[in-house]
Amino acid sequence: MSRAGWEVVIGLEIHAQLATKSKIFSGSSTAYGAEPNTQANLVDLGYPGVLPVLNKEVVRMATMFALAVNAKVAPRSVFARKNYFYPDLPKGYQISQLELPIVALGEIFIPDADGNKKRIGITRAHLEEDAGKSIHEGLAEFSGIDLNRAGTPLLEIVSEPDLRSAKEAVLYMKKIHTLVRYLGISDGNMQEGSFRCDANVSVRPVGQEELGTRTELKNLNSFRFIEKAINIEVERQIELIEDGGKVVQETRLYDADNDETRPMRSKEEANDYRYFPDPDLLPVEITDEFVLAIKKTMPELPDEKEARFVDAYGLKADDAGILTASRPLADYFEAVAVASESTAQLAANWVIGDLAGALNRDGLDIADSRISAADLAGLVNRIHDDTISGKIAKQVFEAMWAGEGSADAIIKARGLTQITDSSAIESVVDKVIADNPGQVAEYRSGKDKLMGYFVGKVMQETKGQANPGQVNQILKDKLKG
Amino acid sequence: MTELHAQTLTELAAGLEHAEFTSVELTAALLDRIARRNDELNAFITVTADEALAAAARADAARKSGKAGVLNGLPIIHKDIFCTRGIKTTCGSKMLDNFISPYDATVVEKLASAGAVVLGKANMDEFAMGSSNETSYFGPVRNPWNPDCSPGGSSGGSSASVAARFAPAATGTDTGGSIRQPAALTGTVGIKPTYGRVSRYGMIAFASSLDQAGVITRSSEDAALLLGVMAGFDERDSTSIDQPVPDYLASIGDSIKGLRVGIVREHFDAGLEEETGKRVKEAIRVLEALGASTVEVSLPNLNLSVPTYYVVAPAECSSNLSRFDGVRFGYRAEHAEDLLDLYCRSRGEGFGDEVKRRIMTGTYVLSAGYYDAYYLKAQRVRQLIANDFRKAFADVDVIAGPTAPSPAFKLGDKVNDPIQMYLNDIYTIGANLAGLPAMSVPCGFVDDLPVGLHLVGPHFAEEVLLRCAHQYQGETDWHKACPEAYR
Repeated sequence: MSRAGWEVVIGLEIHAQLATKSKIFSGSSTAYGAEPNTQANLVDLGYPGVLPVLNKEVVRMATMFALAVNAKVAPRSVFARKNYFYPDLPKGYQISQLELPIVALGEIFIPDADGNKKRIGITRAHLEEDAGKSIHEGLAEFSGIDLNRAGTPLLEIVSEPDLRSAKEAVLYMKKIHTLVRYLGISDGNMQEGSFRCDANVSVRPVGQEELGTRTELKNLNSFRFIEKAINIEVERQIELIEDGGKVVQETRLYDADNDETRPMRSKEEANDYRYFPDPDLLPVEITDEFVLAIKKTMPELPDEKEARFVDAYGLKADDAGILTASRPLADYFEAVAVASESTAQLAANWVIGDLAGALNRDGLDIADSRISAADLAGLVNRIHDDTISGKIAKQVFEAMWAGEGSADAIIKARGLTQITDSSAIESVVDKVIADNPGQVAEYRSGKDKLMGYFVGKVMQETKGQANPGQVNQILKDKLKG
Repeated sequence: MTELHAQTLTELAAGLEHAEFTSVELTAALLDRIARRNDELNAFITVTADEALAAAARADAARKSGKAGVLNGLPIIHKDIFCTRGIKTTCGSKMLDNFISPYDATVVEKLASAGAVVLGKANMDEFAMGSSNETSYFGPVRNPWNPDCSPGGSSGGSSASVAARFAPAATGTDTGGSIRQPAALTGTVGIKPTYGRVSRYGMIAFASSLDQAGVITRSSEDAALLLGVMAGFDERDSTSIDQPVPDYLASIGDSIKGLRVGIVREHFDAGLEEETGKRVKEAIRVLEALGASTVEVSLPNLNLSVPTYYVVAPAECSSNLSRFDGVRFGYRAEHAEDLLDLYCRSRGEGFGDEVKRRIMTGTYVLSAGYYDAYYLKAQRVRQLIANDFRKAFADVDVIAGPTAPSPAFKLGDKVNDPIQMYLNDIYTIGANLAGLPAMSVPCGFVDDLPVGLHLVGPHFAEEVLLRCAHQYQGETDWHKACPEAYR
């Protein structure tokens, strides 16, 4: 959504929860969904005398991210304290990184409106601990605090203000989402808050160099909300300016129920955080050897995989994009393609079409597919060698999905082998022509559309097992009369 | 036999070893002395008599079965800044008057597993902020040498206890001089090791980049014995250093012939009380007689150490003390109207004046617009001071001078003049800013009050300091002097 004469400028701050087993500065578990305050030890509770100890896994994960976005890994990065009082922040400060973040100056590419590659700069990514959460529901006179989440590791990924529409923002966010899951450094679970973002939004008249005053939209945790919230905010800013008003730099919240953004109470944002280097933690020092070792463990990244699927398998670019959106899906497709004797495109069609449909229908992830890649390849092979038609294959697929066995077993048990014997088809065609003299006469007088009628009749007689190509050809020949 | 309370840690260790007495007998004797005499000094916040007797009995049993640790059955006192499981840990504050720690500090754990018996928790300045023990919520500690005087601070309960022979040794912590100045003012030995030498885990933080645990004893030998147990890497403290701990006792008897002792000209300027200066110079002459040579060194930025310290330490403390918010532990104001009221009143009522003064100073120097002018500049000056020491230690092995500018001052004299109080740490703060090991050794008296010789070494030179002090103590008896009322 945009209005003529106005340019939209957006930068995102994405918070990706890192998939470590324990917290960033303590040994407590990071598992989601436990009883409140059962996963908070003395360090998480900020007890007197306790000290933070860095979980080295987060350094490895941040380094992987840096390599994946072509960024610099800081040889020396520093943890700093962000000081403020809040009940879900037990120490009275959050350990984060300010002046020396672990990752700087990266980039990622998204398709722009014309389908060209557009570069989005990544200013920085830094490590920090998450806060706990306040619970208001079900507690009449007071608020509860659950510190299970306190100390969960986050990688905050800050983009340049390079995004020019809500749509681009979503594309960028999805790209990062795919990337962190490929790298295995975040589960990207948005319902559980493992992947969320703040959006900095401003507008300016087209052609103006200077950026407009921005507002920050906090805590957007679904792709749909990001798009809606940004569009609503853009509209609000443009209307405000066109009516002679001024945008105020402030933090706003998106209210999905009323589909509007509104300012957070100023009390919650008017803070001087008094950042300073945390004296309890040493600077994180990363050597070239360490980076090199991590490089060797890097998986193939989504963009590389997509390009390879087009090159090596001859897939359509769109299909390659869909199949590489998640690593398990790409791996599944590749297993089908390798095991099938047909073209990879046919395998891709089945994965994207019927398989994706069935998964979606049953609410399953690819990992929980009821048909293994090897079995799907078996089905594709029977189509390829003309044992069954594509139409019959759909029937076989459903039987496989229902757990009736392999494609071969189902074809055999149900007697679904395709009829490709021309003489057998000819005799059925002869019968159909003999049984329908009226339609034959109409066809011969020029009513071509009746071809479908005859094909249907033949298929009916053969229970759908006649090879459709042959049926067409033989019918055409015989109807010429 | 010398009375038990009059013996040093090393002497008591030998007595236990030779079964001249049991740990239970020793512990009972000291607990009895504390029960009778502590009221005069107010050195304890908590006396842990039952736990101590039980630990002593365990130590005696361990010795019988041949499993005695190096400190088996030896009584000590912990400064109340160290978390002790199941025992009140107050840090000298109303804020933690109700705080029972659920865990042991690493220092507490290490000394306990070596067999030490803890008699109680020593009084201290609130959150270790003070140089006279007058900021304690539990009242000031009195100096055994003169009850009208301060025993120094912040480890005033520790120093007074050792001077009054309540225990042969006590732990302490030193952020700007809090072990060494009280040691000097009570005629005891105090050592603050290199930053990172002893774990800070479980030691309630004042200023994390300066805080370091150490001991107060009656001899250098005793300090070496205890420090050897306390020191070492701890994976729970990222700033502790992974370097082996030498056997400090192994070389303590070696000569200091050829040792190069640095004398800092600036140390003997106008700020130093004249007689105190004389005692210190006499001590240096003793070192020369022992074969040491003296070299004049310069620490040109040392005059900036007090202002630097009073930016860095409050900055860190303002953040470290944020966790005391009345929510999860410690003092909570009653009938709070809302969250802000809970915070403001819990902290307003729970903290004393000096703590509040430093939290406000620290908050100010870290504020937007002031950070560069204060905190950042102080960090740069801190670096300059560290460089001065580094240069000096290219030419000398230790630096010797006064620990404090004067002997013990009267209680009440400086408590209303923070600047005068802060200047009491002028000679000790540099070692904290540079992370260096430093020690105070009794070196004489001025008007019947003890004076301390200050020794500072390069990083990890604890062994040199302890040896130098031990050799000095072989030639002098100042460390053996006991206040008459506590003989």
